[in-house]
Amino acid sequence: MIAELGLAALWLATALAVLQIVSGVLGLRAGEKGAALAIYARPAAVVQAFLAVLAFFLLLWAFAITDLSIKLVATNSHSMKPMLYKLTGTWGNHEGSMLLWVAVLALSGGLLAGLERRLPHKTMSATLAVQGFVALGFYAFLLLSSNPFERLPIPAVEGTGLNPLLQDIGLAIHPPTLYVGYVGLSVAFSLAMGALIAKQVTPDFAKVMRPWVLFAWVFLTLGITAGSYWAYYELGWGGWWFWDPVENSSLMPWLAATALLHSVSVLAARDALRTWTIMLGVLAFSMSMLGTFLVRSGVLTSVHAFAVDPERGSFILLLLGLYIGGALAIFAVRAGSITEGKRFSVTSRESALVFNNVMLSAILAIVLLGTLYPLLTEAFDVRVSVGPPYFNPAGAIFAIPMFIVMGVGPLLRWKQDKPARIQFELSLIAAVAIAVVSVVAILGDYSILAVLGLALSVALGIAAFLPLRGRKIGRVPLATWGMIMAHFGVAVSLFGMASESAFTEERLAAVTPGSTEQLGDWNIELMGVDPVAGPNWTAVEARLAVSRGDEEPTIINPQARNFWAPAQATSESALVTRWDGQLYAVIGEQSEDGRWQLRVWWKPFVTFIWYGGLLISLGGVLSIVGRVRLDLKRRSAVRKGKARRDDKAALSGAPQPEPAE
Amino acid sequence: MRPVFFIPLALFLFFAGLAGYMLANGRFEAVPSHMVNKPLPEFTLPPAVDGLPGTSRADFIGGKPKLLNVWASWCLPCIAEAPQLEALKEEGVEIIGIAIRDKPEDVGDFLNRYGNPYTRIGADDISQLQIEIGAAGVPETFVIDAKGNIRHQHIGDIRASDVPKLLQILEDVQ
Repeated sequence: MIAELGLAALWLATALAVLQIVSGVLGLRAGEKGAALAIYARPAAVVQAFLAVLAFFLLLWAFAITDLSIKLVATNSHSMKPMLYKLTGTWGNHEGSMLLWVAVLALSGGLLAGLERRLPHKTMSATLAVQGFVALGFYAFLLLSSNPFERLPIPAVEGTGLNPLLQDIGLAIHPPTLYVGYVGLSVAFSLAMGALIAKQVTPDFAKVMRPWVLFAWVFLTLGITAGSYWAYYELGWGGWWFWDPVENSSLMPWLAATALLHSVSVLAARDALRTWTIMLGVLAFSMSMLGTFLVRSGVLTSVHAFAVDPERGSFILLLLGLYIGGALAIFAVRAGSITEGKRFSVTSRESALVFNNVMLSAILAIVLLGTLYPLLTEAFDVRVSVGPPYFNPAGAIFAIPMFIVMGVGPLLRWKQDKPARIQFELSLIAAVAIAVVSVVAILGDYSILAVLGLALSVALGIAAFLPLRGRKIGRVPLATWGMIMAHFGVAVSLFGMASESAFTEERLAAVTPGSTEQLGDWNIELMGVDPVAGPNWTAVEARLAVSRGDEEPTIINPQARNFWAPAQATSESALVTRWDGQLYAVIGEQSEDGRWQLRVWWKPFVTFIWYGGLLISLGGVLSIVGRVRLDLKRRSAVRKGKARRDDKAALSGAPQPEPAE
Repeated sequence: MRPVFFIPLALFLFFAGLAGYMLANGRFEAVPSHMVNKPLPEFTLPPAVDGLPGTSRADFIGGKPKLLNVWASWCLPCIAEAPQLEALKEEGVEIIGIAIRDKPEDVGDFLNRYGNPYTRIGADDISQLQIEIGAAGVPETFVIDAKGNIRHQHIGDIRASDVPKLLQILEDVQ
């Protein structure tokens, strides 16, 4: 029954998406007067959200009870798997993760329809029609080529497991977080298209769009941060970013969303950058869909690619062509009719924001090109791989000026400013950066990018707080605190990256139990190696006593695991976290003479990378809260004012104006 | 209407067209290198990793036909083909690796993580041999017969379905 109910819910949701499109289009054509059918757009979106989420929970239930008559459960689960991983297995596969994608899409559409009351009727109708159209395509994809509820003719006796690399708590959080971010951008996309079609690209529209962008962006930031940490401790090779196509496909929407976030703020505050904002709104969700295509079609081979199926690839490509191509075509035809917006001078906060938007877009283009290049050359029968030697320097060319402008931009005034006014701040930032470069140069011989990174991060960390100078701390708006926090988070994260790349120490040794290795001021003693077993794996586990200087030793247990359903070997790293860094240990194979391969890294301040990510997200949350609170206050003030006027009119006995039909 | 607003659309259509073309036309119709059916050039490459010897042309002469695998630790498709190389090794095929523009510690890392199917790995730091034998990228795999002639070129990663084909070719050129 579960499978049939789930399928029925999906079909019903599809029908409602059609209703949403029709009624949205009718609403748009009738203009502000409204059409009879137009009132169905909002309820259709809300009920649809309920149905899609229901379908997802039904699949979750099927996984929880390991219903082996459902093909997806039989191929991706196993009755002996721990409960937590049975549940996370729901989205650890193609069909399930697409259902989650669609459920989040419908949910955000439903929330938009249910909560948003400020937009003009025309924009709202067009927005809902676009949102319905996007949803329809993905329902069709699920139902026609990736049905998660397909039954087996004969129920399986036992399931065939889950990729053990993915059997981890990180997987429980990572994809759903990322999907909320990915798909949350669909609302920004629909709003941008809606405003473009209705020709109502105004600061009010930007104010409506901003919390949605912020919301999606916070989740993307969290998702990328979690994903990076997950890859760091799970893949067991000490790196925290691999320029893997799947990682890139989460970074690209983030870059576009970051640019959009800043652009939409300019539109809201200054009524400038109208076409930019629309373009970035289209781009951000396009990148989300492109990411989905790259991962789900299996055109790229990587550790993540567990769905290889060209037919599905063509389907998503078709959807991609339809949505991105359609949106860009409407943009091409319509963008000319949007007037340019307010002008601003070269030294102004707008200019700094435009500059950094261009830098972000350039980095996006570099990542996009690096990710797609292997695909392009493959069209000419050459398979190549693009790695860090390309991404790091090419990205840095644009990232470095971006970080500099990021420190200075918030200090500038809107519209027009003189550099002389912020002379003190500029000198301070420059002095700090030069001081750090000199100190690091004395310390040792490090790569130029690492040194620049360290200098920029310290300078930026200080610059982030400079906008507070000369202001009453108690009266700084929450949204400004959000910006400061997020910018400071970028500095913290950058510091972690630069420090990790400059100061990491590594030791690879073949050791016998009882022997001690040195790494910096750490002592690492191998006490023994024991076999251990988990619910679906066996492993050799090392007992390491690690101590720094004279402190009490800490026992850590890195493992080399062998999963048996399906068979696969992974290494489970062990970490010791201190405030100033992490010790990272991995145990390898035993050599013929009985010694064990032990690999240990000391990574100074590596944790700052992810603390920074959390600070950035926290900044986003503060901004949302600040903006929404301000907005509610303003709305209630307007309402009160209107009520007072109405009361006055009633008291004075003047004739009531007839409400307009 | 302003032409500048059509640029994003044009760029997109170009990429979408290319991707569509690829999906429609299959992916592995390899164009043979001009070096196929010619003798392997003279070369000597130093070891690419501690513990395994480097290689030279002489290693291919005599015995059974061998595979020459052009790869790199920074290459993602190489990770994908690692299990297939392992399978070929299990079948008793000798595989000699050429690591392109690589570092010894990265090569060691890769072998620890994904297994070592190689008997020898030569370091080709400036892609010299790669170019001489007509390999355009990584990974590529060449079948070399016992006289040191290049008999077959496989472009791209070896998929599971390619393993029997390669075994057949190795049999045929014996």
